[in-house]
Amino acid sequence: MRFYHRMASPPHFYALTEKLMPWISVIFLLMTGYGLYLGLFVAPPDYQQGESYRIIYIHVPAAWMSLFIYVVMAVCGGIALIWRMKLAEVVLISSAPIGASFTFIALVTGSLWGKPMWGTWWVWDARLTSELILLFLYLGVISLYGAIEDRKTAARAVSILAIVGVVNIPIIHYSVEWWNTLHQGPTISLTELDKPSIHVSMLIPLMLMATSFKFLYVMAMFQSARVEIIRREQNSQWVKKMLEERA
Amino acid sequence: MRAIRRQRLYLLLLMLGGVALAVTFALRSFNENLMYFFSTTDVVDGKAPADTLFRLGGMVVDGSVERPGDGMMVRFDLTDYSKQVTVEYTGILPDLFREGQGIVSKGKLNTEGVFVAEEVLAKHDENYMPPEVAESLKKQHKSTEVQ
Repeated sequence: MRFYHRMASPPHFYALTEKLMPWISVIFLLMTGYGLYLGLFVAPPDYQQGESYRIIYIHVPAAWMSLFIYVVMAVCGGIALIWRMKLAEVVLISSAPIGASFTFIALVTGSLWGKPMWGTWWVWDARLTSELILLFLYLGVISLYGAIEDRKTAARAVSILAIVGVVNIPIIHYSVEWWNTLHQGPTISLTELDKPSIHVSMLIPLMLMATSFKFLYVMAMFQSARVEIIRREQNSQWVKKMLEERA
Repeated sequence: MRAIRRQRLYLLLLMLGGVALAVTFALRSFNENLMYFFSTTDVVDGKAPADTLFRLGGMVVDGSVERPGDGMMVRFDLTDYSKQVTVEYTGILPDLFREGQGIVSKGKLNTEGVFVAEEVLAKHDENYMPPEVAESLKKQHKSTEVQ
């Protein structure tokens, strides 16, 4: 319980993230560098798609992140509503623009790949449409928070939207199995992790990139959460004290 | 957990459950419309619409691709490993169009039951491998066929 209370306190979060940031940045840079090197230079070309398949190293990690961040937001929404924990509100609202960016990257890279491979930039199949709805959910969270002036009301409204919107996540994930879609089925499935439909030389860089994107998210989220905390607590003792010490 | 928090938790779970149920019903009732394409079995069984454009998806049957005449017209058979439909298409095929690969085409059935396509899209599968691995898989496949 003590650990929980400490974690939930804004000054503690502010100090802890400051200490963690350099480590996270270094891990992110090393992983991205090595992952991109393996993916773009070492991994062999695909037997069907040739070199164009290499967009997978951005597209798939970005798409995974778009789902992951939304789930994080929904969990934070639940914690914020049930326990009235302010830090959860901060994490929720700081995650929204990052999630929207990953969704946008997934949609754009998919479209760029779709033109040469499928023969079209865009189709209204279940996978593409549900991912587009996810982008609108993110934008909805951002604009709803901006539209309500009172911070408390805004945070509650956004928490509810984040929780309700989470029903879209399984729809996106299973869309390729429930319906006929132009988008292919899953290459790596959680139920059949032991036999992915991708050669191991291509899988390793993909996993590296997926992990490095997680670090990228944490980095970006910490950074914007810190700003949000200072904005909310600008009149509190600890912020004033910290500013004096640093001045 | 204090009573008020438990109450909030139940309220949230109830809300989420309600929304999930509503979405499930909505998706189930629109199931047909959410299908991006009809299968070849649907077409043979007469489930596909007549006289209107629809999409047909399936695998291109090995050895069925032919170009009758000098023009751009291509004719091939599509299958879902149960029933086959013949497709005619005039135009440029996408890079990934190959025998044994999946495609999705948009068009209409003519009176002879041939699907006249206006558009052909390649449906990529979920397999990624280097050319050498694909080659050795093919060889293995052939040797088991001979046995």
